[in-house]
Amino acid sequence: MRRWRYFGYRLAFALPVVFGILVLNFFLIQLAPGDAASVLAGESGAASPEYTAMLREKFGLDRPLLEQFLAYIGNAVQFNLGYSFRNDSPVFELILARLGPTLLLMLTAFGAALTLGTALGVLAAVARNSWRDAVISVITLICYATPVFWLGLMLIVVFSVNLNWLPTSGFESIAEGYEGWERWVDIGRHLVMPGTALGLFYLALYTRVMRASMLEQTGMDYVVTARAKGQTERKIVFGHMLRNAFLPVLTMAGVQAGNLIGGSVVVETVFGWPGLGTLAFNALQSRDLNLLLGIFFISACLVVAINLAVELLTITLDPRIQA
Amino acid sequence: MSDVVLDIANLTIGLPPGADRASAVQGMNLVLRAGEVTCLVGESGSGKSLAARAVLGLLPPRVGVSAGSIMFDGQDLTKATPAQLARIRGARIGMIFQEPMTALNPLHSIGRQIEEVLSIHTPLDRRARREKVVALLADVHLPDPAQIARSFPHQLSGGQRQRAMIAMALALDPKLLIADEPTTALDVTTQAQILHLIHELQRSHGTAVLFITHDFGVVADIADQVAVLQRGVLVEAGPRDAVLNDPQHPYTQALLAAVPRLVVPQRTAEKPGIVMLESIKARKEYRQKSLFGRGRSTVALDGVSVTLRRGETLGLVGESGSGKSTLARAMTRLLSIDSGDIVLDGDEITRLPQRLMRPHRQKIQMIFQDPYASLNPRQKVVDVIAEGPIIHGLPRPEAEARARELLGLVGLDPSAADRYPHEFSGGQRQRIGIARALALRPQVLVADEPVSALDVSVQAQVLALLADIKARLQLSLLFVTHDLRVALQICDRIAVMRHGAIVELADTVDIYHSPQHPYTKALFAAVPGAAWLQKEAAYAAP
Repeated sequence: MRRWRYFGYRLAFALPVVFGILVLNFFLIQLAPGDAASVLAGESGAASPEYTAMLREKFGLDRPLLEQFLAYIGNAVQFNLGYSFRNDSPVFELILARLGPTLLLMLTAFGAALTLGTALGVLAAVARNSWRDAVISVITLICYATPVFWLGLMLIVVFSVNLNWLPTSGFESIAEGYEGWERWVDIGRHLVMPGTALGLFYLALYTRVMRASMLEQTGMDYVVTARAKGQTERKIVFGHMLRNAFLPVLTMAGVQAGNLIGGSVVVETVFGWPGLGTLAFNALQSRDLNLLLGIFFISACLVVAINLAVELLTITLDPRIQA
Repeated sequence: MSDVVLDIANLTIGLPPGADRASAVQGMNLVLRAGEVTCLVGESGSGKSLAARAVLGLLPPRVGVSAGSIMFDGQDLTKATPAQLARIRGARIGMIFQEPMTALNPLHSIGRQIEEVLSIHTPLDRRARREKVVALLADVHLPDPAQIARSFPHQLSGGQRQRAMIAMALALDPKLLIADEPTTALDVTTQAQILHLIHELQRSHGTAVLFITHDFGVVADIADQVAVLQRGVLVEAGPRDAVLNDPQHPYTQALLAAVPRLVVPQRTAEKPGIVMLESIKARKEYRQKSLFGRGRSTVALDGVSVTLRRGETLGLVGESGSGKSTLARAMTRLLSIDSGDIVLDGDEITRLPQRLMRPHRQKIQMIFQDPYASLNPRQKVVDVIAEGPIIHGLPRPEAEARARELLGLVGLDPSAADRYPHEFSGGQRQRIGIARALALRPQVLVADEPVSALDVSVQAQVLALLADIKARLQLSLLFVTHDLRVALQICDRIAVMRHGAIVELADTVDIYHSPQHPYTKALFAAVPGAAWLQKEAAYAAP
């Protein structure tokens, strides 16, 4: 199987990448002024040098950097990302609890942006220079230019406050005690606005790229060949051009998967979404380094995983790529 | 006479405003009969391809038939609805294109693309379609048709892809086949096979063929009827032998006169000078890098030794992938070699670093194939030509004066100096390319397929210019070409290359009269219109 062998290669390349991120993250954090001990001591109101030194000793922050680093790597390999003293709970458990909502938000926004963007791009290209094309162009331009946080706030003002259609924030209505199917519908209702806020920019981007890519395919010889076979225009567009035009969009989307995590910090904060983004933000505020490193590591793994998935999709769609 | 399949009457194809002329094709009349091959011949921009596409209603946007009719099976195709046209396309009129790589969808298997024709036009079920596809691929003499059907276009060779295209076009036994330069992108031996295949299938099925070409050699091989198009006007049409041997229109006469003959022209033999450029056992290998070090490798040059003497023209002839361009680039140090030596004018330059190489660069200059891509579009012609001398330390005014002088030498008006490359035709650009190469007063010129992208009449002029300049300036010329006819015209000695090695190297006269290596013989046999060209040559000789 050509496809799986190639995938194996890629996987083998991904491991050193993850390790590199681990190393980079650790030393990057060390460069930031202040450590957990000084913050804890400051908050407890007893910031005497003796107390801080005691805290440092307790947490192992007084040991040589290399020793701390090796301990960190050793633990990370076993998915032991340390203990968050601020939250009084293991980092891995904290992250695990938040990973679900973040994945749900990201994948929904990403998937919707990709499919809808592709569809709109095809529509605009097929109806080139018509009113439909113009409308799509204007809408994408607006989506492209709107800041995410402003869009989020406006969505809340319009759809929650004024129209009262959707919940303002949160992941689900815990107080209602929904079960099973009803619970998922409830989560879905909570997901609509953050997903829209996060995905709209990418939707606009993919629409534009897909439109350009489709127009490029229009002039290709194989399209003329298909026409010379007597194929209908509709089947030429969907049977021949779509897949060829989609490949560059997919490549770009794969590169951008990482931006999506960054973007989710803002969206999660605006909508009170209990995901990795808010967790990271809080960890940063309170200098919870263990937690922050853990989040960095998991996010990096996530980006690598999404890239691998996109790559697998690409080699499935394009037979020209060889192992 | 046999029955009429296609009757083109008074066809005029209008071009959008702003084009170089009002209509691409003007008042064209042409009748195609069953079982006959009609060659539509013309230079680039003559409107031959548009005329062919008009038959299938495949004209590009904003180009349309403005007058006349195309009668096929009692129906006027210019007035057919899109639905009617779609029923005819693929079923009753098939078409093949110049570049089979781009004409096939890269993401679909060959089998699926041929099957598509069957599923559009026939009620056959999936299994019957699959069987028919394999049978069709066998008909075009592809080895292991079942395997080919599963393959993707990039896994086949150019010749195989064109065979698959032909299988697709002939899948439903159409009455008319339109072939738009179907062999231009192929190697000469492959071209001969494809021409033979089209001829064989067309004879056995009684198909009428409209064959677009610019090559009179191909015409001589395949045509029953010839039509010559000049800037959209059909200037001459008639049976092949009449047109080829007794052309009436001056344009046809000029075109035919420009076709390089398969003969060695009379040349004053010059005594061989000293060795100017030499390749000693040059070897170049391309390895496919892979993570675990086990990659396939391709030997581009397999220990090639060759010498170029002062005042001589040496031809490197071969098909694509033979290593001829690699050798030319290795000898100019545009490419490094793995082992072996390159000696220029007595100095070993094989491993000189860029800085030390610079003084030697003056002595050896290159002319490239594509006159469009090899000139910087943002540079005025004078700057293109003067740049080299300025880099090598000539003051700007002198360099520019030399540039203007050189423009005169290559037959361009000195006023050309202040214009940009896009304002010139292909032949003029190639002249600019030659002037640029000459600006450094080189002793060796390396020309990589310098006339392959040019029309045949322009080709003859550029070849004459090259020969003239070489003789006047006492240059050595290394001439890379895939076309034996061109090589015979200009070269003193010819090296025939295959698979990265020289299989035969001899004086042009000897190689022409008694080729030794079987591959050289095959190349001569594959030259399109070989028999006609030789007869012509014998006739023209005093």
